[in-house]
Amino acid sequence: MPSNRHIERYVAPIDETPVAGVDAVDTSQKASSVWGDAWKDMRKRWMTWVCFALIVLVLLAVAFPQLYTRTDPDYKSLMDSLEGPTEGHPLGFNKQGQDVFARLIWGARASVIVGLLATVLTSLIGGIVGAIAGYYGGWLDAVVSRIGDIFFAIPSVLGAIVVMTVLPFRNVFSIAITLAIFGWPQVARIMRGAVLTAKNADYVTASIALGVSRGKILLRHVIPNALAPVIVITTVSLGAYIVAEATLSFLGIGLGDSAISWGMDISAAQSTLRVKPELLLWPSAALAVTVLSFLLLGDVVRDALDPKARSRR
Amino acid sequence: MLWYIGRRLLQLIPVFFGATLLIYLMVFAMPGDPIAALFGDRQPSPEIIAQLRAQYNLDKPVIVQYLIWIGGLFRGDFGTTYSGQPVSAVMAQAFPITARLAVLALLFEGVAGIAIGLVAGLRKGKIFDNTALVVSLLLISVPTFVTGFVLQYLFGIKWGIISTTVSGAAPWGELIVPAIVLASVSFANILRLTRASVAENMGADFVRTATAKGLKRGRVIRVHILRNSLIPVVTYLGTDLGALMVGAIVTEGIFNIHGVGGTVYQAVIKGEGPTVVAFVAVMVIIFMLANLLVDLLYAVLDPRIRYAK
Repeated sequence: MPSNRHIERYVAPIDETPVAGVDAVDTSQKASSVWGDAWKDMRKRWMTWVCFALIVLVLLAVAFPQLYTRTDPDYKSLMDSLEGPTEGHPLGFNKQGQDVFARLIWGARASVIVGLLATVLTSLIGGIVGAIAGYYGGWLDAVVSRIGDIFFAIPSVLGAIVVMTVLPFRNVFSIAITLAIFGWPQVARIMRGAVLTAKNADYVTASIALGVSRGKILLRHVIPNALAPVIVITTVSLGAYIVAEATLSFLGIGLGDSAISWGMDISAAQSTLRVKPELLLWPSAALAVTVLSFLLLGDVVRDALDPKARSRR
Repeated sequence: MLWYIGRRLLQLIPVFFGATLLIYLMVFAMPGDPIAALFGDRQPSPEIIAQLRAQYNLDKPVIVQYLIWIGGLFRGDFGTTYSGQPVSAVMAQAFPITARLAVLALLFEGVAGIAIGLVAGLRKGKIFDNTALVVSLLLISVPTFVTGFVLQYLFGIKWGIISTTVSGAAPWGELIVPAIVLASVSFANILRLTRASVAENMGADFVRTATAKGLKRGRVIRVHILRNSLIPVVTYLGTDLGALMVGAIVTEGIFNIHGVGGTVYQAVIKGEGPTVVAFVAVMVIIFMLANLLVDLLYAVLDPRIRYAK
């Protein structure tokens, strides 16, 4: 583009321009960003730290269960069947004579891995698809949105039940992938909506005017600014996927029989409900606390990312 | 408005075909021969197997099977189960029971969820609000089947108020506790949605105006706060129908109810393909229509939303 072209323009006299306000901005300070502000806000709330602490405890159990217990969660001693707490076995034994506490700790692994993996997959697939659909629009949007509708129309756990009975192998990965197949349209819809809002923002128009390529605008400007609602739904759905895994295991089509998971233990506790209701309580409580800490973290993140909610407090 | 409904209904057509095809492929692309599975150890002669396969169209390619099936669906023929019963007869048995369960559940989560959420939102930060928040969080984080066991244990075994299983006819009265179990998670979600949205609208300009012009508090709450707060709740109720149908699988299992959820689950486990696809097809239709209804309800709730031609 020729740069020496004569452009006629009107320049306002300096005393008519409110430059004083511009000068007052302290440019020596670090520029504040949405994420920086949100983190500053989150840091001040005790709820954030409670959630972090609980999540770290759970993640430690996932990575190093030996830190919490030395007992083998698979070891059965029928002599101890349904025994109460004894030395070294703080929560007693289940019907099979397995240590309840050890199973509680080892059970975290399946639940959390399924939850994390399913969440990462849905966010990636849904985020990318939603961003492309919202940003490029036109026939691409129409086709992608209809495909999303098809998967959205089948309730995800129902779809997962059908797929899981067909699959010849059942492990944490197949469960997570199955849940993600039916879960991504939800993220895609949210991402698409957020991208539609972001792509009409002034800074995008400015980038177009500066001649930035479309792909670069999408990656550098639109997606970062549309990410907030996706992050919120991500933390909430992590809890939902953990519950979904437990539900599938409960129905007998989740993990195989040899696996240790809270869902399987809850399901097994059904038969001893009259004699020993505690057996139902412990895995349920572990599941609930894990889900709850992710849910509450999602709440905190949402509040922190929403300037309106921040000013209300 | 009519144009809008028409366009939306047209959009549903490809989605319906896509979703049913997807389910059909998932069910019938299954490895294993359902006809052989029918007979167990005493396999009949190959001629009979071939005849049965032809009868259930299993000898044709999957896509042809699908087209024959969907053609039948439009003539009101839902197919035949492998035991020779028409699927429509199975449906006629299961759907009324689950419809009763779903009506009770929706009623419970709608009425109780909105009412408690409204009171909590109006008294944000008070004891009632905090209690409601804690209870709702607990309900959300505990899986439905645990809530089911606990209520079944307390009401059925410990206090003996209800019987632990529902009888075959499943009258309204026996479905109350299962409906509460089914609705528990959605109830908590609705409560939280209503509360958040009421609390936000309390500070809105139109509420201040309404109060300033001397309207009674009851009318401000009913007409201005509640009506404006219901939009996210109604959206949720629409998508929630899908969750209810899935929840029905678990709840009906716990209370031994022979409704849609129980039937679908049994059919999936037993490999009763014709039953699974027919039930899922009907569920998908219900789910899609409910979401359309939600979009139309927006216009009723929020006069600012008008659907253009």
